[in-house]
Parts: sequence; structure tokens; C-alpha cells
Amino acid sequence: MKHLISPLDLSVRELEEILNLGQAIMKTPEKYSHVCEGKKLATLFYEPSTRTRLSFEAAMLNLGGKVLGFSSADTSSASKGESVADTIRVISSYADICAMRHPKEGAPTVAAMHSGIPVINAGDGGHNHPTQTLTDLFTIKELTGRLDNLTIGMCGDLKFGRTVHSLINAMVRYDNVRFILVSPNELKIPDYLRQEVLEAGNIDYIETNELEKYMPELDILYMTRVQRERFFNEEDYIRLKDSFILDAEKMKYAKKDMYVLHPLPRVNEISAEVDNDPRAVYFKQAKFGVYVRMALIITLLELSV
Amino acid sequence: MLNISGLNEGIVIDHIQAGGAMKIYEYLNLEKLDCQVAIIKNARSSKMGKKDIIKIEGPLDIDLNVLGVLDHNITINIIKDNRIANKKFLELPDTVTNIIKCKNPRCITSAEQEVPHKFKLTDKEKRIYRCVYCESKFKGN
Repeated sequence: MKHLISPLDLSVRELEEILNLGQAIMKTPEKYSHVCEGKKLATLFYEPSTRTRLSFEAAMLNLGGKVLGFSSADTSSASKGESVADTIRVISSYADICAMRHPKEGAPTVAAMHSGIPVINAGDGGHNHPTQTLTDLFTIKELTGRLDNLTIGMCGDLKFGRTVHSLINAMVRYDNVRFILVSPNELKIPDYLRQEVLEAGNIDYIETNELEKYMPELDILYMTRVQRERFFNEEDYIRLKDSFILDAEKMKYAKKDMYVLHPLPRVNEISAEVDNDPRAVYFKQAKFGVYVRMALIITLLELSV
Repeated sequence: MLNISGLNEGIVIDHIQAGGAMKIYEYLNLEKLDCQVAIIKNARSSKMGKKDIIKIEGPLDIDLNVLGVLDHNITINIIKDNRIANKKFLELPDTVTNIIKCKNPRCITSAEQEVPHKFKLTDKEKRIYRCVYCESKFKGN
């Protein structure tokens, strides 16, 4: 029985199979509309997350399955002190597969150790969010046709952004991928990622705080929000906050076939004037998330299609 | 310098970081042993300035490899016939459970006490252990 706790739980080949299946589902969704009949997905969300939770629920409903679960710890027995291990042991009797979001890092790992059903990590604190990574990879592959030979710009909060760390970990497995990491000095990628992933893997990367300078080189621009609360002083935040806002002016420097991704929610880091640019794909990216979750559910339930 | 008579047969755990011997004593459950155990604290050391030493008399069947996780300077001398018969090299175990604790306040182990603190060796060369749940690094000696 397989779980998805970290993006690296899937080999490159397994990932390719899921992405291919996702693309097949996207082309003819009706062919898959009964695959999960009689199956139930449990969404165990110990903290709120409307988008991810609804994406999972939509995916299961699209497959002909049903959903049950809770959307905050207050409305579950967690408020009585029940452990994750005990919860999943019980849920294993109620459902066929589970998606868990928890504020504590490693909670889905504990669940997987005690579960009788496949567990999908829907986000554990600032640690992993593997289905966001699958969505990001699906988007990149669908729009560029490839996951190798890419120059990927990542902009904003690279220190605390788990989707950034996850995407880097996933992309370094492909040939000739180059990273341009744009952030304030205070929000650069963590040391372990620089040393144990990029340097150790001999990956080509640049760290900079100049987005416009490197825009013309990018195939993908992955934007994240620069959060005021991360800055040590207000003056630095005010000085830097506008450097990392993507607007129509900055998009003039970008290639015609560059794509802008964002894990959402976006606040002001992508100006609304960019939304109508055909290269802005963050809402399409959210839609792709449903297809890739459908493919993931089919794969983990080992259903034939 | 305090003098403790030499062992005829037993184990000497040497080069323990000064002040760390009692932790080692607890991890190895030495309080359960009937044989003689000597703890020397703050002995002079040319290599470390000062160090702790534990001497345990008699044949012993204890897994000492976990000591390499706690303190990589530790050396083990096996004593037979009142002399060092051989030096044991500590092999780092692939996993350790409930020996070291995860200090990350965001880890599930901080919220649920019955979850065992389990670490995996992720870099043998650099002796890096990571929590299997949150993947944060264990910072030992």
C-alpha cells in the first residue's frame, strides 16, 4: 500500500505515469466518472484550507466516489485529545483513502504508519505539500511539454515557502534545469536546500534580488507572496516589497512563451493587470490540480482504468 | 588526578564530552547492572582539555553503537587481562528511537507524547540524523 507524504515518495517514472493519467483525464473526463463508485475519500483537515480541500473533494466526486470528513480540529475528536494514530485507525474502517492536512510537521507520516488505507499529505505545517507540487509539475509539463531543459525563476518568500522547497526538490531530478532565485536577502532559500540539494547535485542556480534583469531568461516564473511579518524591520519591507511585485511593466521583459505560476492565494505580488496576460496561468493551475488529484487517487487505490 | 584501579576485563568508554557521562549512563541503563561501574568526571585530556570516562567491569552485552549518535568523539576500549585487547569503532545505526529527542516545536512529536522520537541517518559522512517526521536535523556533539 502506497502513501504520498513527500513529493519524493514518487519515483520519476511513477510521477510521469500520474501526470500522463492526469492529462488523459483532462482530455476525456467522462471516461473516468465511475472509476471510484463505491469508494470514499476522507478529508481530515485539522486546519482550514478551502482550496485544497475542495480540490480533493471535487476530484473524488468527479470520479464517482463520495467524500466525508472534517474541516477543522474543533469539530473533530482532536479537540478531545485523540491522537492522529487513533484517528486514522478508526477512519481506516470508514473510508478507502484519506487526505490529511495538519498544522504539525510529520502528522501525515504518523498517520501513514498506523493507517489501513492510503494517506495523502494535504499539507503539514511548513514542511510538505506534495499535491501542490504535483499540480505545479502538471502545469509546467502541460504548458511547456517537458520537465527538463527549463530555466525556472522563483520569486518572493523562498525561505518559508514550502511549495518552493518542494518544487525545487522535485525539479532537480530532471536534466538541465536551472534556477533563478529572486528574493530579499532575508528570505533566501534555507541553507540545507542550497547545500544538500543544489550544491550537492551540481545544479545551476543564481540568487539575486533583481527580477527584471533575469526575466528574459525564464521559461517559468513561480511567484510567492512576500509577507510583511517575515521582515526584521519595517523600513526594509517598505524598501523591498515592490521589487517583488509582478506587473504588466515587468511582463514586458518576459519571453512570449514564459508562464507565470502561483500556488495561491495571491495578494498583491501579482498585479491584477497581469491576469489577462495569456502567460498568466495561476487560475488554470488550480484547475489542473483537480485532474492531477484524480490521477493520484486512482493510482493510490490501484484501480484499473 | 583521581585513581581508579585498572579493569581486568571490561569496557572503557573514553573521550566523553566533559559533563556528559551521566547522560550516557542513563542511555545505556547502566543502573541496572550488578557489576562495578566507575564514572570519572572532568578528567584531564590532552586532546579535549577535559573529558569524562566510564569504566564498566566484566563482560558486557550492550549495543554501544548508539553512543556514536550522542557524541562522535567517544572511543571504546575493550579490556582483557588488564590491557586494551581492541578498540571498538562505533558504527552509526541507520535509525535510533527514543534515544535523542526532536526539538522542533512544530513537529508532531511536540503535540503527541506517545509518538516515538525516531531519527534516520541521512548523511553517513557528515553524521547527520534527521527526525523521520519533520526532517529537522539533530544537533548533537
